[in-house]
Amino acid sequence: MAAAIIVDKLWKQYRIEGIHRTSTFREAIVAMAKRPFQKRKPKEAIWALKNISLEVEEGEVVGIIGRNGAGKSTLLKILSRITYPTMGTFKVRGRVASLLEVGTGFHWELTGRENIYLNGSILGMKKREIDAKLDAIISFGGVEKFIETPIKRYSSGMRLRLGFAVAAHLDPDVLLVDEVLAVGDIDFQKKCLSAMDDMRTGGRTVLFVSHNMAAIENLCPRTICVDNGEVREDGDSKEVIKNYLATFAGAGQSSMNLRHIKPRHGSGEIRYTGIEFIAPDGGPHPVIRSGDSLTIRFHYEAMSRAKTPHFGLQISTDLGTKVTTMSTWACGVPIPELPPGEGCIDLDIDLLNLMPGRYYLTLWIKTTTDVTYDQLDHCLTMDVEASDYYGSGKGIDGRFGLVFMPCSWELHDRRIRMNGEV
Amino acid sequence: MNLEWLREIWQYRELFYFLVWRDVKVRYKQTVLGAAWAVIQPFFSMVVFTLFFQRLANMPSDGIPYPIFSYSALIPWTYFSTAISTAGNSLVANSNLLTKVYFPRVAVPASSAFGGIVDFSIASVVLLAIMAYYRFSPQWSLLLWPVLVVPLVVLALGVGMFMAALNVRYRDIRYALPFFVQIWLFVTPIIYPTSIIPEKFRVLMFLNPLAGIIEGFRACVFPQREINWALLSVSIVTTVVIFIVGALYFRKTERTFADIV
Repeated sequence: MAAAIIVDKLWKQYRIEGIHRTSTFREAIVAMAKRPFQKRKPKEAIWALKNISLEVEEGEVVGIIGRNGAGKSTLLKILSRITYPTMGTFKVRGRVASLLEVGTGFHWELTGRENIYLNGSILGMKKREIDAKLDAIISFGGVEKFIETPIKRYSSGMRLRLGFAVAAHLDPDVLLVDEVLAVGDIDFQKKCLSAMDDMRTGGRTVLFVSHNMAAIENLCPRTICVDNGEVREDGDSKEVIKNYLATFAGAGQSSMNLRHIKPRHGSGEIRYTGIEFIAPDGGPHPVIRSGDSLTIRFHYEAMSRAKTPHFGLQISTDLGTKVTTMSTWACGVPIPELPPGEGCIDLDIDLLNLMPGRYYLTLWIKTTTDVTYDQLDHCLTMDVEASDYYGSGKGIDGRFGLVFMPCSWELHDRRIRMNGEV
Repeated sequence: MNLEWLREIWQYRELFYFLVWRDVKVRYKQTVLGAAWAVIQPFFSMVVFTLFFQRLANMPSDGIPYPIFSYSALIPWTYFSTAISTAGNSLVANSNLLTKVYFPRVAVPASSAFGGIVDFSIASVVLLAIMAYYRFSPQWSLLLWPVLVVPLVVLALGVGMFMAALNVRYRDIRYALPFFVQIWLFVTPIIYPTSIIPEKFRVLMFLNPLAGIIEGFRACVFPQREINWALLSVSIVTTVVIFIVGALYFRKTERTFADIV
């Protein structure tokens, strides 16, 4: 297969002086008078892209991830020919459409229909093409009733839908998409993702920049991670995403010292001193994903001989909904007595069936008579990241619930009578 | 370089058409008078000039009724001044397009230059009505009127491209342009005939490309006036030079637009 996109040693420099200060003649003249013999050198220059080289085959769908300011959008802008590289070359084969923004060029005074033509033309569609697809675009956007009203009367959601409807009917060879799915309600995002999916199966080459890891894992078999203007990693999406997320976790994230955490209440005879997340292989587990097996190790210190303590952990959502509670009492693990001194207790979770999201942990140590030794409310956050647990290529999406269950589907080829039916 | 650029402009001709269409449509949306404004502008200038320059200041007009004398020059002038004012700020006004989509950047100032032709056409039609009022019968020379539109547009494009590109980097242009246009109005024989300029200074007229073109427009209406071919040829040559300079400067700075707009 031929290469659709070839990038060779691309460097892009931005001169801070040029961007932030809008020069006026006066400033230019004063500057010239001040340094008549010096050549004007850029005071500060930043390299937005450094020595980027990559190749994308025809029909490949590649995700591009990275922190804010890493250079992802700059790369897309250069490939779209909106801005020019300082050094290096690139080549893109075929008709290119860039979706850096939804509704580019929309003019508020014009009607929906007029804007479809304007926006479509700006994105590179010919008038004939727009004529042919006009009905499809209008129905995709769901704005049939308002198509003849000026879009200044539209809600922001309608404008977004209209813009995306036009974009969804682009028919380019190469599509460059930049984080446009970040806005809009759930319905809209679903529509966007399914349209992107159609594009993918259409044999088009797609470069997809996003912060939505589930979408990237969903749609792109290959992902490139850009960091600080350079290509940090390029390969299988799952791997690249995992390593990328790990950079956020930080060194201390898989363990935390709880000795001095406040607020806490309880008699204090036994206190939590630390908590650790451990992977099945025994090493630290910095990034927790849906469906992981994980061990949580609780470190404690008993001041004196403690009678019948029970350890417990409660997981709740950021809105305060209690998701689950696990305790040694419920699991029927009796602990008659603990000697004074430090120790630890492990909680082995076979399958963390939490949907991706942020959860808060409450830890406690109580006796069977409900006397509290130590309780730390919402002392720790646990970020559960998305994963492709079902192996379907469609990630588990945290918007659709709190928990997922290990399950499978079976379609019967003939009817089976329900119990009690005559 | 040039061939590639022209080929690309041809490729994007539909976008250019849509930008012009957008500017024209939007101009009179939600107005009561709509396209009538295209006529009212030069018409009212004519009324004001007639009142103040002819009646009060006794401006001569080479034996022609002053209203048509000024109106015939005001139609192309209104087009030109609007075109370069709009074109001058066009890149900055369309910065959202420049930073998000690729297309030959020249389409932006060009659409400002071509958008004004619609108004020009409407005002030209009204000229015929005014001529009828003054009992001027149309002559063959009127056929030259649409022909002269060509150098007029080329000049507007040349100046427009230059101003647009300059404005992206130096925003002073936006404020300087109105003065520039104002001065140009007085330097061109619109309000007054060339004949009132003393002989020795008449040569300076040749520096103003618009002078020849506007006198040309005027001569279309009044064939008794001889077309000043010398002035017109010099004006056309100067127009082409300005166009080339404007285009070159635009091409040179085009790469930086998206970064600094």
